[in-house]
Amino acid sequence: MQELIAKQSKSGAGKPYSTIATILSVLAMGLGQLYNRQFMKGIILLAVHAITLYTVIFKLPHAVWGLTTLGETQTQLKKVGRLYQQVMGDHSVFLMIEGLVTIFAVIILLWIYVLSIKDSYRTGKLREQGGVPNTFRQTVSFVLSYRFPYLILALPLAGVFFFTIMPIVFMILIAFTDYTSKNMPPAHLLNWAGFDAFRDIFQMKGWNTTFYKVTLWTFLWAILATLTGYFGGFGVALLVQQKRIRFKSFWRTLFILPYAIPMFVSMLILQNMFNGQFGPVNQYLELLGFNRIPWLSDPTWAKVTLVIANFWVSFPVSMLMIIGIMSTIPKDMYEAADIDGASSFQKTRLITFPSVMYSMAPLLIMSFVGNMNNFNVIFLLTNGNPVNSDLQFAGDTDILITWLFKLSMEYGQYSYSSVIGIIIFIILSVFAIWNVRRTKAFKEDTSS
Amino acid sequence: MSRKLRGSVWLSISYVLLAVIGVFSVYPALWVVMSSFRTGNSLFSETLIPTAFTLEHYANLFSKYDFARWYTNTLKIALTTTVIGTVLTLLPGYAFSIFRFTGRKTMMSTLMVLGLFPGFMSMIAVFILLNLLNLLNTHLAVILVYAAGAPLFFLFAKSYFDTIPKSLVEAARMDGAGHLSIFFRIVMPLSTPLIVYTALSIFAGSFTDFLFAKLVLRTPETKTLAVGLFDMISSRQATDFTSFAAGCVLIAVPITFLFILLQRLLTEGLTAGAEKG
Repeated sequence: MQELIAKQSKSGAGKPYSTIATILSVLAMGLGQLYNRQFMKGIILLAVHAITLYTVIFKLPHAVWGLTTLGETQTQLKKVGRLYQQVMGDHSVFLMIEGLVTIFAVIILLWIYVLSIKDSYRTGKLREQGGVPNTFRQTVSFVLSYRFPYLILALPLAGVFFFTIMPIVFMILIAFTDYTSKNMPPAHLLNWAGFDAFRDIFQMKGWNTTFYKVTLWTFLWAILATLTGYFGGFGVALLVQQKRIRFKSFWRTLFILPYAIPMFVSMLILQNMFNGQFGPVNQYLELLGFNRIPWLSDPTWAKVTLVIANFWVSFPVSMLMIIGIMSTIPKDMYEAADIDGASSFQKTRLITFPSVMYSMAPLLIMSFVGNMNNFNVIFLLTNGNPVNSDLQFAGDTDILITWLFKLSMEYGQYSYSSVIGIIIFIILSVFAIWNVRRTKAFKEDTSS
Repeated sequence: MSRKLRGSVWLSISYVLLAVIGVFSVYPALWVVMSSFRTGNSLFSETLIPTAFTLEHYANLFSKYDFARWYTNTLKIALTTTVIGTVLTLLPGYAFSIFRFTGRKTMMSTLMVLGLFPGFMSMIAVFILLNLLNLLNTHLAVILVYAAGAPLFFLFAKSYFDTIPKSLVEAARMDGAGHLSIFFRIVMPLSTPLIVYTALSIFAGSFTDFLFAKLVLRTPETKTLAVGLFDMISSRQATDFTSFAAGCVLIAVPITFLFILLQRLLTEGLTAGAEKG
């Protein structure tokens, strides 16, 4: 046996398998593998090579042209015979998306190319040392057992790529064009406008005041919404979990109701309840001898209403979570505190509160971020209203995300809305990255 | 004695507070249920409990509106999305929890960051993409987009899988179990709360989403409940509020019931995520 290996390595030595295989692979994917007698793999890679060549030669130039010019022929009326007919020109948006897809595909293909070169080099080296290259079946079973995570991740990641990453990249590109409802493909061609939209939002009068006002309210809103929801939930959790309270699960079930009702239903209901003229809230206020309150039509009251409504839908979740965490606090800590004669207030302040805060802190940040983009509550309850004529396409209660929505869906200001999108993106990324870094799930990994 | 007295005073106050919060939680739902039985079609009412009960509004939903079709459409979309979306959430959660591989952390943080972005921030782009694929106004489009977004919320699943003892998985591997049989025979049975939680949130999400559905589904035949109901009061200046209320009841009852039924599992799922963060 040992002789055999020695023989093999002797016959293998001297021959620069790795060099030849590498050169062949550089010439065309798969050739190196064929040379290494991995036929099946070689054939598959050759096919990939053919696809790559086809894409690079026939698709890439068009993609680059499309992305740089965004189309050259305008859709126009042309005289065909005696009639004028509409002749379709280039569609800037399609060109952009097709261009993006092609470039992504080329990047992936090139990556496979690099991998195949590395692979043939490694297999060549293995042969030089007298090893036998894997057969196709061995390769497949190697992939199945050692590359299993990649296999199960492929489908979810593909979905995320197509429906999340691509659209975001596309949105970023839109910010640098002159895309508005008045200048919209296919009737018009788009042009690259550079930083014009950014400059307008930060410097143009009207746009910049709107931007600052909306941003300020976005932050204020997120802080208020998060704190009320969290501490409200905390308070209710403490109340329900008291030792002497009976029917705990009955109370919990009762309080979960706002969370269980679908968001758009409950917001539309609240919108009606707070209706200034007919809503029951004002009816009751009147019965009690108070004045009616312009819940949704006064800028300040509308903001208050939003916070109340959000509190109503968000306290159950934090209550549930806090109850869960409270149940994990060791009982003996409370017993020890009892022996020391601590009052229940002291126990809450010194044991419950710190334990819950420790677990909830990262989630609080997440819910702050979530509230910054709490589209549903604002869109469904006030739709950003009351209208403010000083603001550009925004009402008094609009936060960045609803302003973005209005800009694009209602007013067709696509490039401006994309700029807002990018700004939200940047703000969120700061929080997200900071949060990801300090999440326990990640810390755990670094130690292992 | 005084301490005991103080205790019972506080207890009574607690009960009063609980009752007040209870009313606060239940009232809007109660109001809508009551409105749905009230005669006429206006918001306005002197009393919470209607003076005359009627089921007319429920009948209206099916005669005047195409409620039955909306309901089947919604169920179809929500159930398909739930199945695909749950699988697409569990897979990355499992991969990231059990395996260590190159690019793992990068992928995880990318997914987490992407998960923070509201899906419709890039809705125009998704819309155009669907147009390119010729999928506008189809249920498939809605299902695809909902399900494709699900993996972004893998973190709950990952944290949950993290709590399953590694030794269990390793022992099975020693015994020669393959990846798939470990997943289906060992990990899955231990993860019921997680699966329920994931499936339920995806179901509830796709059952009640209206924004994206409204954008993509344009003809009356493809409408979902949320879109139908939203159009009912937004397009007609709230003239038919009581039918809307009846519709709300029919949507909210199954979802609410599911939530309450699965409350315990839900709490477990939520806290497992919270502890690990």
